[in-house]
Amino acid sequence: MLRRAVRLGLGPGLLGRGLGTHREGSTLDWHGKVSEIKKKIQSVLPGGAWSPLCDTSHLPPEHSDVVIVGGGVLGLSVAYWLKRLEKRQGAIRVLVVERDHTYSQASTVLSVGGIRQQFSLPENIQLSLFSVEFLRNINEYLAVVDDPPLDLQFNPSGYLFLASEEGATIMENNVKVQRQEGAKVCLMSPEQLQKKFPWINTEGVALASYGLENEGWFDPWCLLQGLRRKVQSMGVLFCHGEVTRFVSSSNHMETAIGEKVTLKRIHEVHVKVDHSQEYQPVECAIVVNAAGAWSGRIAELAGIGKGPSGTLQGTKLPVEPRKRYVYLWHCPQGPGLEAPLVADPSGAYFRREGLGNNYLGGCSPAEEEEPDPGNLEVDHDFFQEKVWPHLAQRVPAFETLKVRRAWAGYYDYNTFDQNGVVGPHPLVVNMYFATGFSGHGLQQAPAVGRAVAEVMLEGHFQTINLSPFLFSRFYLGEKAQEHCII
Amino acid sequence: MAAPGASLRLVAPVWNRGTSGIRGLSRSVDPEGSQRKGRTLLQFLADHFYDVEAVREYLLQKQVLKVLQKNRSFTYIKERYGPYVAGAYFILKQGGAVKFQDKEWMRTNGSGLSGELWKLREVPIEAVDASGCAINYQGLDNLLALKELQSLSLQCCPHVDDWCLSRLHQLANSLRELSLAGCPRISERGLACLHHLQNLRRLDISHLPAVSNPGLTQILVEEMLPNCEVLGADWAQGLKLGPEEQSCDTASSPIPA
Repeated sequence: MLRRAVRLGLGPGLLGRGLGTHREGSTLDWHGKVSEIKKKIQSVLPGGAWSPLCDTSHLPPEHSDVVIVGGGVLGLSVAYWLKRLEKRQGAIRVLVVERDHTYSQASTVLSVGGIRQQFSLPENIQLSLFSVEFLRNINEYLAVVDDPPLDLQFNPSGYLFLASEEGATIMENNVKVQRQEGAKVCLMSPEQLQKKFPWINTEGVALASYGLENEGWFDPWCLLQGLRRKVQSMGVLFCHGEVTRFVSSSNHMETAIGEKVTLKRIHEVHVKVDHSQEYQPVECAIVVNAAGAWSGRIAELAGIGKGPSGTLQGTKLPVEPRKRYVYLWHCPQGPGLEAPLVADPSGAYFRREGLGNNYLGGCSPAEEEEPDPGNLEVDHDFFQEKVWPHLAQRVPAFETLKVRRAWAGYYDYNTFDQNGVVGPHPLVVNMYFATGFSGHGLQQAPAVGRAVAEVMLEGHFQTINLSPFLFSRFYLGEKAQEHCII
Repeated sequence: MAAPGASLRLVAPVWNRGTSGIRGLSRSVDPEGSQRKGRTLLQFLADHFYDVEAVREYLLQKQVLKVLQKNRSFTYIKERYGPYVAGAYFILKQGGAVKFQDKEWMRTNGSGLSGELWKLREVPIEAVDASGCAINYQGLDNLLALKELQSLSLQCCPHVDDWCLSRLHQLANSLRELSLAGCPRISERGLACLHHLQNLRRLDISHLPAVSNPGLTQILVEEMLPNCEVLGADWAQGLKLGPEEQSCDTASSPIPA
């Protein structure tokens, strides 16, 4: 009688079991039950993740001070600098929401990994200079106790930009600005170019600019993992889910001159779990849009751009995904160890990859020929028709090459002026942008992360002034055009 | 170059293998036995107590600061005595040797700097032996100011890495001899930027543990610097000892022009 009562009390699953195997059954169940009871007690104690009604361990927390949408290099960089610049340790709770743990479509890991200071805008040059200093001292910035140091596999081989007659004056002015900001760039005539790199065909080249130091390419995956590891050790929470909704409230106010304006404030972010209808409303104070190629979609969710066009409410975030192809080929007689990343006036570029005479390269298509960004399928005809002829004309050894692999990735392309969008939105007051870098986001990520963290914590840019990159320029029509885009 | 293999053990452990982690830097002079046990106990404590973790981070920071302190720039000496004396002071302080033009090699033998260093304001430096010194990217500023430097030896320097090599182009006009043997952080990617040094006649790239393929790198560097004698690995090193015909084939494959 007592034994049956005990067995009934021990759980429904045991009722139908062990009637035949009387003695052995009960001793086994007793040991199993002890460990289950122990686990239950541990989870109920303070600090355990037990809620009496349902299990929420796979969901993000209910409250977070900052929610960063997007766990790529820009999102992680913002998280890192937020934790580093916070006034008191543990003052800010940060949650990074990333839809794809494998980063299969993320621009960061599909990138060619180059870093250069050869830009036309001084802000871009400064961003790159700070980022290269960050990468050089990465093991001081991202050191985690007891973890092995990071090896970024940086190739300090430099960038070589070639200019035709029309582009020569612009290149000269750009180099002057770059030198003023502190970049080590030198100009070369076609004769000097031929002497230094005999494998180049200098026909059609009027001027070349060559980065001597602090330029090259590195492994973006290593940077991403290093940031992730460090940021987790600093206490940032990661969540595997997708942002589906923002819950916000509006405030109707009047400006100093009497105009009516509606300010919005986001209160909750709904994060939907993968392969399920479950979502968690995360209450937050600030949302950072670092969603890369999908930033436009996130901005639409927040109501940015919903209004009559031509007004500030109707100004959309002009960031959209653009597909870019990268091809890897083998050429046995190709340029040697000294080859920099060469950018042809036609837009085609290539760089050495490893020691086995393999090269990586591609070309940005013209505006009319933009491929459909719906998927990441590679178009091999594009290489045959648009990339190879230019490469073979510039480097005669590339006439015999064999394409080994190819892949495609997205640019978070800013259709307005191909430069990043940084800082708060004027109307949705607690959404900050860190996106839209159109192909040079990876190389500026450390510096942009710091700038956004400074705006969030201090209210203004402190180290590098990125006011030309604020959102309001889309409404005011002030383009911060970058001329050196690959 | 004199026995770089023997002096390798005194220097920080191989960086890129990543076995003992960041802690490895601070362990370089401890004996092996206590090192093993001490590490697991400290690691265990650091996993469970924030205080111990903070102490370990502080110790690591101190190590880093020590290297930075050694590589600070001597602006006063540079202004007062000129770049040559400042560079010489920097090298001698770190334990290296300097050779001024038409003079003998100068080294601090534990008894402090000789007084005649301060009189050599106008005399250029033609050779520097910085083997085993803790020179890093910042400290290289002092060396790059020596515009008549002909011979530079950076053997077994634990903090000289690919980034430092990318700065050496500033010495391209004068540098004739360069030795990088035994540096644990230099890889083939840094060696690629040596192509600026067209006046180089002698380059030693032996015993670089971070270079992935020493034989192939040797060939590529030789092609990059045609006028330079490159000492390093034998080109056959790294090739697997396969059957007879396999090694014959690789021996007879033509080196690309």
